[in-house]
Amino acid sequence: MSRRVYSSIAVGAEILVPLLILALWQLWTVQADSDHFPRLSTILVEFKDMWLFSEFSTHVVPSLVRISLGFGIAVVAGIALGIPIGLSEWTRKLAMPHIEYWRAMPPPALLPISIVLLHDIGDKQKVAFIAFFCLFPVLLNTIDGVRSIDRTLVDTARSYRIPRRERIRRIVLPAALPQIVAGMRTSLALAVIMMVLAEYFSSTSGVGYVLLISKNTFEMGPMWAAILLIGLLGYVLNLAFLLAERRALAWHRGWRASTPL
Amino acid sequence: MVVRGEVARGTTVPEKAPAARTNRPSRAADILVPVLSILGALVLWEAVSRAGLISTNDLPSMTTTMQELWSMMQTATFWKDFAYTVRGWALGLLIATVLAVPIGIVLGSSELAGRAFRVPIEFLRPIPSAVLIPLLFLTLGTSLKSEVFLAAFGAFWPLLVQTIYGVRDVDPIALDTARCFGVGRLERLRRITLPSALPYIMTGVRISSTVSLILAFTAELFMGTPGLGQAMNYAQAYGLNDQLYALAIAAGFLGLAVHFAMTALERRVLHWHPSQRLEAV
Repeated sequence: MSRRVYSSIAVGAEILVPLLILALWQLWTVQADSDHFPRLSTILVEFKDMWLFSEFSTHVVPSLVRISLGFGIAVVAGIALGIPIGLSEWTRKLAMPHIEYWRAMPPPALLPISIVLLHDIGDKQKVAFIAFFCLFPVLLNTIDGVRSIDRTLVDTARSYRIPRRERIRRIVLPAALPQIVAGMRTSLALAVIMMVLAEYFSSTSGVGYVLLISKNTFEMGPMWAAILLIGLLGYVLNLAFLLAERRALAWHRGWRASTPL
Repeated sequence: MVVRGEVARGTTVPEKAPAARTNRPSRAADILVPVLSILGALVLWEAVSRAGLISTNDLPSMTTTMQELWSMMQTATFWKDFAYTVRGWALGLLIATVLAVPIGIVLGSSELAGRAFRVPIEFLRPIPSAVLIPLLFLTLGTSLKSEVFLAAFGAFWPLLVQTIYGVRDVDPIALDTARCFGVGRLERLRRITLPSALPYIMTGVRISSTVSLILAFTAELFMGTPGLGQAMNYAQAYGLNDQLYALAIAAGFLGLAVHFAMTALERRVLHWHPSQRLEAV
């Protein structure tokens, strides 16, 4: 079979298979007629009624605010801590035991503690929880990125008496940036998960809260609509990040070489 | 490309320690500094709690917590809960591996299959598994089944993606050469594809093992399937903060143990691979 026929079959499959899955889902839910698995069409109608846009500002916006604050704090803190830790072997020796322990901690184990410690189930506790666990991918990638900088670069800059601040700003940061960004993407995906966990555990607003309430009241339509929304949120945030990364790292040769475009 | 962060974390070849750098810590410091650092943190915890910066109810002192942990460790209940969590973790990881690796090999080696399922996978992968909790709670209930399903679902995706990438990364020349020599499909899979993809797969197993533990714990905390997470839920409900902190510490050690066990497994399975051999130098 010729190459062209083959590639058109592949494109066809790429479009048809997802549609087929959706169609099967609809057919199966119609046939099953189960309370727990409402029809796909019912879910979509529910989705439209809830999120476009009657409950958007009451529940989606708070969740988005928590994600962005938690993620933002984690990125700033991760880079700020990661650079000194990556640059000096002494600080690394001091910090690594703590980093290893806390990043191995299953996040839900700290949910009840975050509430006890902060006396809060509002934004403060949610943002702190999200930020804490989003810190580690950024931090570890920053440390790794800083460590793998070409020594000659740093030594050259030092022989030219480029001050420390300038060295960090012009050499260390740009060199480590591709890896920091890779860590940021992991963190962003984590932020969505942490948001759902924190809101589902205890809250008064947010998409995780909608999930919790609809479960408690056995409202399967809203529950599926919330599941769909959170899935979309994870997907869209990842996509947005990839696009931003493509712009921000357009100068990076390794990135360009590794991306077929 | 999407998993670069994860791949990078797993397969970066560690740089060799610079032979003579003036401010490099000595061998003794290699052990002493981390130990002192941990001790320092524990003392700081004790001091913060004793000095009343945070009330002892909100943050029990380090000694109280450790005593609580120690006395909990004498009880059979604790070890039963511990075993339940480990069981949920292990079953989740096992099921995920059994499913993800073969599917990943198929999707990775056939361009058509890979492209056909690209969109559904790209869409399903970033969905936080935690959204399934209410659904599982209402359908499967608070059984081991829900816990294992959740853990396996979460652990499936990183492993699938790693396997697909690993299989795609197999040297095509090696495959073509084998084909020229009339090496059969199965034999090619066993002798070329699997060994080349193994570092990726092992990295996937390591990532998935963490995910599986987190989700097993999540299921226990949120749905009340028995285990350490459920014990934490009780401790919180009854306001037993000493126990709450002790259980969190235990959970941290369990996470650490899983991490070390998986790193050791990876090293063992890949002892022949350059990325692991360099480390020994």
